Amino acid sequence: MSEIKKFMFVNRKAPHGTIYALESLEVVLITAAFDQDVSLVFLDDGVYQLKKGQQTKGIATKNFSPAYLALEGYDIEKLYVEKESMQARGLSEEDLLVDVTVLGRAEMGELMNQQDVVLSF
Amino acid sequence: MLHIINKSPLTNCALDSCLRVVQSGDILLIEDAVYAATSGNVFEDKIHEAMGRCKVYVLQPDLDARGFSDRIIDGVSPVDYGGFVDLTTTNKNCQSWL
Amino acid sequence: MANIEVEGKSYETDEEGYLVNLADWNKDIAEYIAKTENVDMTEQHWEVINFLREYFEEYQIAPAVRVLTKAIGKKLGADKGNSEYLYGLFPYGPGKQACKIAGLPKPTGCV
Repeated sequence: MSEIKKFMFVNRKAPHGTIYALESLEVVLITAAFDQDVSLVFLDDGVYQLKKGQQTKGIATKNFSPAYLALEGYDIEKLYVEKESMQARGLSEEDLLVDVTVLGRAEMGELMNQQDVVLSF
Repeated sequence: MLHIINKSPLTNCALDSCLRVVQSGDILLIEDAVYAATSGNVFEDKIHEAMGRCKVYVLQPDLDARGFSDRIIDGVSPVDYGGFVDLTTTNKNCQSWL
Repeated sequence: MANIEVEGKSYETDEEGYLVNLADWNKDIAEYIAKTENVDMTEQHWEVINFLREYFEEYQIAPAVRVLTKAIGKKLGADKGNSEYLYGLFPYGPGKQACKIAGLPKPTGCV
């Protein structure tokens, strides 16, 4: 691998109603093998992906939320949540499974602007 | 009539449209629409308003899957799959707002 | 789809030999799969298999080899947290082969 690029994954969908969140997570885990500079962003309903206490037994699907806790072991430590998205949903950092950096919309836009590659889910 | 919604109120206007039009009957929130039944969501006021003219239900297993079992808005009634079936039979007809 | 037969019971596997139902797994099945892979299970093998199962239990994913290696080093010591040691135990890869014996899915991103 020649030079390190800045990769950003933008997650905007709630976790279980569609396949986007799981697909994004899988791509992120694969990308981790390429030693790039990876950032994960959670915007809009995407913040629901990180909600604590998900129990999918009743809908008979895989509960993939514990995998967000494994990201640290994959050296993916840059997780950002947009403050406005969190507030609109009545959520605070204590409701989330993992440690995140909370950014306001303008800071989020600035961070997005600094990326080489942005993948949206 | 039973109205079934399955989209999050903050990314899709299905629930908004439903509430704009519907004057009475039962509303059942399933899949990503269960977020509408959680307290603290900006949509909460519209649910309170809707409960003045409709009965609002939420599918419990979908709420559990999303980690919101303990955040149901007061007055919204949780139902299991059996309750879902009951709602479809006690109502004359039903509409899924896709 | 395929089936394996262990102790008179039949279990479903995919075309590559990974268990379809993770709940089916037991030590006899692990020994059986290991045999088909020409792996002679020792205490050192079990240490890795048990580690993988614990990892899966916690995170619901099978770790990538790099992640597994690092995590094993942390838990079992640097002499075990390296590729030579792990590939010595599982010649076809601590991800691919050990996960199969541990009854886990193939690690994400592993072809």
